[in-house]
Amino acid sequence: MAHIDLGNDLPGIRGPMAFRPETAAPLNELAELLLRDNDNTLSRGEREMIGAHVSALNDCFFCHNVHHSLARHYLGDTPLSDKMEALLAIAGKVQQSGKAVTPDDIAAARAQGATDREIHDTVLIAAAFCMYNRYVDGLGTWAPQDRQFYIDRAPMRAAEGYIDFDLYK
Amino acid sequence: MPYIEVNNDFPGIRGLMAFRPEAARPLGALANILLRDTEGLSPAERELIATRVSYLNDCFYCHNSHGEIACVYLDGDRELVDQVRKDPRQAPISGKLKALLNIAGKVQKSGKAVLPEDIAAARAEGATDREIHDTVLIAAAFCLFNRYVDGLGATTPTDLSTYPPRARQIAETGYGNHIFSSPQPH
Repeated sequence: MAHIDLGNDLPGIRGPMAFRPETAAPLNELAELLLRDNDNTLSRGEREMIGAHVSALNDCFFCHNVHHSLARHYLGDTPLSDKMEALLAIAGKVQQSGKAVTPDDIAAARAQGATDREIHDTVLIAAAFCMYNRYVDGLGTWAPQDRQFYIDRAPMRAAEGYIDFDLYK
Repeated sequence: MPYIEVNNDFPGIRGLMAFRPEAARPLGALANILLRDTEGLSPAERELIATRVSYLNDCFYCHNSHGEIACVYLDGDRELVDQVRKDPRQAPISGKLKALLNIAGKVQKSGKAVLPEDIAAARAEGATDREIHDTVLIAAAFCLFNRYVDGLGATTPTDLSTYPPRARQIAETGYGNHIFSSPQPH
């Protein structure tokens, strides 16, 4: 049971999004840009992995499973590059606090070939998941406990994206 | 100096938005709804929640920026804004806003820190589900904005006299692309 009466029984972030569509629109537009837009040198799988990593650190079961399943849908078992490891380290700092990111963290990512745009997007994806995770858990939304549920839905979300989809399906 | 080359001199989040205007659009739209909607919570109350969370996240740029915007709505009562920023329980504000600021402070730590009794306390003071929703999302959104600004080492003016002109600009015209495409107000 969510902390407030959402007027629907949708899981995770879809519950409050259906409750307040005015805020759902920019939240989904941001997710679409950060995680799916093709004008990006980080792959969709790499960007979903950043979201999954931060969600795991924030202990957000719903977001972690949704985005980890999406990352694995895109990436399969491909190991992460050294550049991605450096970017995930920055994302982990952002999860703690913006101030935890140091010039050394940035330099380490640059040394692995990360561009300013990739560093920017990594920080903003990590920061955005610090919002999404708090939105989901701060309102006490419910989440399916069977991880297979998320794995099964990943291909649909990958195909439909975050804007043109039916919240109720 | 930001950690990345943003190719502009705008302070704080404005410089980052000018670097990546595609992301600025939904961020500005979100801020406009959450901070300027007049249904339920007032714009002043919304900005006070943003100020408190930014202060807890130790984001100098954001807590001074939003504190000044709250101040514009509160007819210049900077003392009240400072009380809410530092210790809302002692501030001369409504019991409802105190209870909502308590929820916002929990969200700043973690979504999971919000307990049913925090929600019940806000309801007992008359908070609606919509007001509780907006409080949680404002607090969560500032956990984004604060990390965006400090995580990229955005330029932070330390001269507090530079904040009120920009606060008036936002209070009058809202959030949107003009904040990083028009010259800085003085």
